[in-house]
Amino acid sequence: MTAAGQAAAAVTADQLLVRVRELLAAHPPAATGREDFLRARFDAGLAWVHYPQGLGGLAAPRSLQAVVDAELEAAGAPDNDPRRIGIGLGMAAPTILAYGTEEQKRRFLRPLWIGEEVWCQLFSEPGAGSDLAALGTRAVLDEAAGEWVVDGQKVWTSSAHTARWAILIARTDPALPKHQGITYFLCDMHAPGVEVRPLRQITGEAEFNEVFLTGVRIPDAHRLGAVGQGWAVARTTLMNERVSIGGMRIPREGGMIAPVAAAWRERPRLRTHALHQRMLELWVEAEVARLTGERLRQQLVAGQPGPEGSGMKLTFARLNQEISGLEVELLGEEGLLYEDWTLRRPEIVDFTGRDAGYRYLRAKGNSIEGGTSEILLNIVAERVLGLPPEPRDDKDLAWKDLAR
Amino acid sequence: MTPPYPPSAAPLDLLYSETEEELRTAVRSLLAARCDAPGILGRIESGRPHDPELWRTLAVDMGTAGLLVPEKLGGQGASHREAAVVLEELGRAAAPVPYLTSAVLAAEILIGCDGPEATELLRELASGRRIFVPALPLTLAPGAPLPPPVRDVGAGVLSGTALSGTVMAVADAVAADVLLVLADTGLYAVPATAAGVALTPLVALDLTRPLATVTLDGAAGTRLADPATARAAIAGALLSGAGLLASEQLGIAEWCLTETVAYVRGRHQFNRPVGSFQALKHRLARLWLDVASARAAARAAADALATGAPDAPLTVAVAQAYCSGVAVRAAEECVQLHGGIGMTWEHPAHLYLKRAKADSLALGTAGHHRGLVADFAELPAP
Ligand SMILES: Cc1cc2nc3c(=O)[nH]c(=O)nc-3n(C[C@H](O)[C@H](O)[C@H](O)COP(=O)(O)OP(=O)(O)OC[C@H]3O[C@@H](n4cnc5c(N)ncnc54)[C@H](O)[C@@H]3O)c2cc1C
Repeated sequence: MTAAGQAAAAVTADQLLVRVRELLAAHPPAATGREDFLRARFDAGLAWVHYPQGLGGLAAPRSLQAVVDAELEAAGAPDNDPRRIGIGLGMAAPTILAYGTEEQKRRFLRPLWIGEEVWCQLFSEPGAGSDLAALGTRAVLDEAAGEWVVDGQKVWTSSAHTARWAILIARTDPALPKHQGITYFLCDMHAPGVEVRPLRQITGEAEFNEVFLTGVRIPDAHRLGAVGQGWAVARTTLMNERVSIGGMRIPREGGMIAPVAAAWRERPRLRTHALHQRMLELWVEAEVARLTGERLRQQLVAGQPGPEGSGMKLTFARLNQEISGLEVELLGEEGLLYEDWTLRRPEIVDFTGRDAGYRYLRAKGNSIEGGTSEILLNIVAERVLGLPPEPRDDKDLAWKDLAR
Repeated sequence: MTPPYPPSAAPLDLLYSETEEELRTAVRSLLAARCDAPGILGRIESGRPHDPELWRTLAVDMGTAGLLVPEKLGGQGASHREAAVVLEELGRAAAPVPYLTSAVLAAEILIGCDGPEATELLRELASGRRIFVPALPLTLAPGAPLPPPVRDVGAGVLSGTALSGTVMAVADAVAADVLLVLADTGLYAVPATAAGVALTPLVALDLTRPLATVTLDGAAGTRLADPATARAAIAGALLSGAGLLASEQLGIAEWCLTETVAYVRGRHQFNRPVGSFQALKHRLARLWLDVASARAAARAAADALATGAPDAPLTVAVAQAYCSGVAVRAAEECVQLHGGIGMTWEHPAHLYLKRAKADSLALGTAGHHRGLVADFAELPAP
């Protein structure tokens, strides 16, 4: 066991259960308001048990979170709607924890976890997606005011319309090579000069947005990490984005395959031999993906994290697309229909509550958002298999001299 | 409509235990020292693919022949989880030993017979000193109808047994000391050297797991079980065999991936390692993903068999439906990405391709197992 593991082992599952019961006794879920309960839970260190004391945790082993969650769920306690605040939980929080000042951690983590403040991620730009480090949004320091002045355009920003805060990366020195002149900020989405415009997408709704930043002033106290170190900070965010799998146990036939299998059982007239073969292949692959995720979870719990995590997003992206494609075909005439093309601005992505056409279209984003499958395959090939990196000629060039 | 399998069966243990890792290390170092590709090729050319010395060390000295056999019957009292680890390593080395046939299939059949004769034979099997091989076609799948049994023409007519019939494509028969024969009157143990037993070696696709036709012409044997018990015992053995074959397939796939990655890193064309070309990087990254998934599927099958999970037949079918294809694809990619050298007899890639392809037919094709999935999960054909 590592030194960190030994220190963390100080808190046991039994001790956590005692704390959970104390929390439930002092704040019975049935008689406590939702946010009040969540506040009390955070203050009891039961929000994310592996975080430090005072910041929602107890420095316990991460794997024990499942014990707490199960106990609270059984007691009918409200959750913090993790899907609505996924970017905050999955990306902003671990980055603030790793790089934030004490001040920043105390200011931001509690409302983030409770869900009072939704976060979004202002990373991608029209000219910088996969090549994120090429970004051109500028931040210039107004030394007299102790504030940064930000100008630029971000794009594909999920939840920008509901977000109170954003993690933002911007260029602070165009004369340096592209990875070096970047700085990381926490941006107030209500600040003057932040304009959010819905961006309608393939499904008809506007789940993400364009964000225009015009003379937006960010106090230096909302800088995360050192000036010019933004790329290292962003890498923490991106790693957490891709690792967010795990934790949850999926039952057999629990994911996207469920509606396909149900349709197959309930509507014999839709069955053909060709669809049967494809469905069985995908059913088997979905089951194997479930087992692979479960194996990864068991590895994490046993303290032997494997590299499989970096592959799970790739697997799920492909499977979601193939399965939802099959589902549309399987439905016959119904597959020709679509539930609703109205431009809406949903707060969450909801695969299960929607029809097959939506699932098919939305799943196309699974291989683009959070890093395209091509980029992730490069990462697996280079970091897991040790194959040589892509040749690159932009590493030492000043950002301002790059071809654009 | 609710699916038929138990919804919240206890989660399978998909990791390797410390004991299993120790076993793996021991088997792997034995194979590294005693089972290299030139040795395998030399043996194949001499017409005797099996390596009896390797078998003796593996089965007798290391005691792996009796992993599935309870301790009180002279075995190790281990489980399918440990046997699976041995098979992973044997797959990784394309080792020419009758492990799947004797230590898995024959052992499970004898365990299923449960009489004093079977118990006695099980002790011998577990000792590793004698090799037992079921006289069944290697392609026989769990859930498929058994082939017409050998006829016992002696029953009722003569005083003894007189087994007559032919069984095609029997794996490892040429190494067998004892054949387990399914006859219309029950299951029999027939010494391979008995009068009336003829083995005709076949030219097999998989050079490391030889096949033969077994012809019986009035052969005598010891009766081990009545027909119903025999059929049940064989069905159980086929299930275990198919589940554990997934681990052999995993081992094959892993060798192919590791070798190929090492090769494309070192091989230069166009003034750079060929492994730096993205077209190959992506293919190998995908293959790595599939191998990682195959490991989860194979472990699930081994654990479900070891714990006698109620949904073990489904878990085994899933593992077979998945792992067969991964092993074949890994071997095919291995040949392709090695270029010309991958097509040569000297390079071991072909041993793995042949084993992988033959394994994809052994104990049921992926298509057969998908059909079983359809039954177990109640997803019926049109
Ligand atoms: C639904 C959705 C939600 C999103 N939400 C957010 C968000 O909240 N915040 C945010 O900042 N961003 C968000 N994104 C943006 C997302 O991260 C980017 O779209 C993604 O990183 C790809 O960048 P790009 O769109 O510029 O495509 P490009 O980088 O231009 O890629 C175009 C094509 O080229 C391929 N390609 C690029 N480089 C390589 C290479 N080196 N090798 C091989 N192929 C390559 C890509 O894989 C792709 O197929 C979201 C995207 C989607 C679809």
